[in-house]
Amino acid sequence: MAKREKILEIRNLSISFATGEGILHAVRGVNLDVHRGETVAIVGESGSGKSVTARAAMGILAPNSHVDSGTMKFWYEEGTGDTRCRREADLLRMSERERRRAVNGRRIAMVFQDPMTSLDPTMAIGEQLMEGMRWHNRLSKAQARRKAVQLLELVGIPEGERRLKQYPHQFSGGQRQRIVIAMALACDPELLICDEPTTALDVTIQARILELIARLQKKLNLSVIYITHDLGVVAKVADFVHVMYAGKIVESGTAEEIFYDPRHPYTWGLLSAIPDLHEKGERLYTIPGTPPNLLHEILGDAFAPRNRYALKIDYRREPPMVRLSDTHSAATWLLDERAPHVELPAALRARIARMKQEGNVL
Amino acid sequence: MMEKTCDIKRQPLLQVEHLRQYFPISRRHVVRAVEDVSFSVYPGETYGLVGESGSGKSTIGRTVIRLYRPTAGRILFDGKDISGAMDALTENDLRVQMQMIFQDPMACLNPRKKVGDIVAQGLDIHHMYASAGERAEKVARILRKVGLAPEYASRFPHQFSGGQRQRIGIARALVMQPKLIIADECISALDVSVQAQVINLMKEIQQETGNAYLFIAHDLSMVRYLSHRIGVLHMGYLVESGTAEEIFEQPVHPYTRSLLSAIPQPDPRAERRRRVLQYDYQTSGMDYQQGHCHKIGANHWVLATQEEYEMWMRQCSV
Repeated sequence: MAKREKILEIRNLSISFATGEGILHAVRGVNLDVHRGETVAIVGESGSGKSVTARAAMGILAPNSHVDSGTMKFWYEEGTGDTRCRREADLLRMSERERRRAVNGRRIAMVFQDPMTSLDPTMAIGEQLMEGMRWHNRLSKAQARRKAVQLLELVGIPEGERRLKQYPHQFSGGQRQRIVIAMALACDPELLICDEPTTALDVTIQARILELIARLQKKLNLSVIYITHDLGVVAKVADFVHVMYAGKIVESGTAEEIFYDPRHPYTWGLLSAIPDLHEKGERLYTIPGTPPNLLHEILGDAFAPRNRYALKIDYRREPPMVRLSDTHSAATWLLDERAPHVELPAALRARIARMKQEGNVL
Repeated sequence: MMEKTCDIKRQPLLQVEHLRQYFPISRRHVVRAVEDVSFSVYPGETYGLVGESGSGKSTIGRTVIRLYRPTAGRILFDGKDISGAMDALTENDLRVQMQMIFQDPMACLNPRKKVGDIVAQGLDIHHMYASAGERAEKVARILRKVGLAPEYASRFPHQFSGGQRQRIGIARALVMQPKLIIADECISALDVSVQAQVINLMKEIQQETGNAYLFIAHDLSMVRYLSHRIGVLHMGYLVESGTAEEIFEQPVHPYTRSLLSAIPQPDPRAERRRRVLQYDYQTSGMDYQQGHCHKIGANHWVLATQEEYEMWMRQCSV
């Protein structure tokens, strides 16, 4: 493997929200790295804090939020020619002005879930595409227009010249999401954050959008953070996967490690809940119960009340993150040497064995 | 998969015959949402309607429950025509027998009403209890059935999570003891793990009460778990229909095959290798209007012209 260049490093990030009912601890000590050209996926149920983590990187948290601790280092290059240098910045401590100038839209861009709400319905899409380039890269109108047409072509919308004058409602849902992606790429960012980019779309269009992002990523050497609750999407795109539960990362590893050798009971549950197209079961597996209320103090492992394999210690002390390999780690007491041996659920074990076998055959 | 409870010789509960639904937008422009769609749902059976957005699947559901007046075609429920005007008695009866579960559980529950009153609204309208005690008892029983505590009857919808709200929506439909429940994308707004809970619940209820579902969704993997038979819609046409196995094991229509190829699986190696089959109606040179139904099996048929049919069958046997 070539030498990997780290561009984002999140350490011990904690974020809370002041709500009418008390302080809600949405993110509780997250560590995460992103390297150039790689895809990182953050998976979790709604309310697990995955979107909040990404929004913190963009500095677009709600006004009632508070960053309790942590650093978020971002490395980028500035200047051209001789004055070119590598800079380090802490995204959590940047001034609003500095962030707008150097980071947002220019080096880190974001694609949101619903393309209809991220496009301005009263503005032609050409203007929306060109806005960032004119502002950040000081392009002339003609230059920006030329680039906008190129971008549309890149994301698979032909006849760019004509379509620049059209408004968002004149495009289909899939096309709108393509336009949002083109907008995000307008200033050649280094990091693209996709927050549930395909949840609002149909399966066939979802597959095309994911393939598009993967193709662009290779071409432009982009780093991508995917935020999603759909493990099928993760399997398709991710190099590294972080599974989040109740504001914490409970398991992280390469895609192969997470899908073929999951260690955390929550990951087991998530994987088991996906309907298997090859097996015809009577019932779908479900994770019992609901996620904990983060308004309350959590003692021990947040997943313990829903965990069939919970040990007594899970209710008292928080499990440490156990390293299993250079890339794979999981936070569960089951990995402690004193813990009883627990096997993967049988159905999941059978499915993984089948997937591995199929993978070897081909 | 559960045993086939449907008996083909029995009379279908719901018959949709040559349904067309057009929406005039302006003098020149008419949206043809549904074109000549026919299918039937048998008692105790689940019929899954799948297709991308804009394929007309929700329109069919809404026409069946009489929110729209069909442009052409007939809809029979229990052998009675329900597509046109009807007397008050039949209409009343229909509103008990046919219920709907909606997509967005927050938007379909009145935020100013307590859960108990939301669930009991149908009972109130149709005078289906003798005393307040019986009403409360019915509500409590149905809440327990969908996995909610009876005490929740006095709470408001905003106090519940998405999955719980969808359970309230299901309880509201179930309390009427309907023969047919139309579920329009009722799980797409939920997390994957919660989707599984709701699907299991719907399946359990069916085994217990023997109601039929018209299950409308774009997520094929969940449809497979719940449905006995599946119809695939594209651009207002029902292009293929068959049992869940037939659709998944031997899909014939290229659109069905592209839909199936797009279902993401939790298997990174396979996902990376896989190419999604592209299907573009405009460039395929197909004209759905020219096609007619070709029978492949007892329940399985596909919409095609003679040449298309022969070509696809050859492709499938390879």
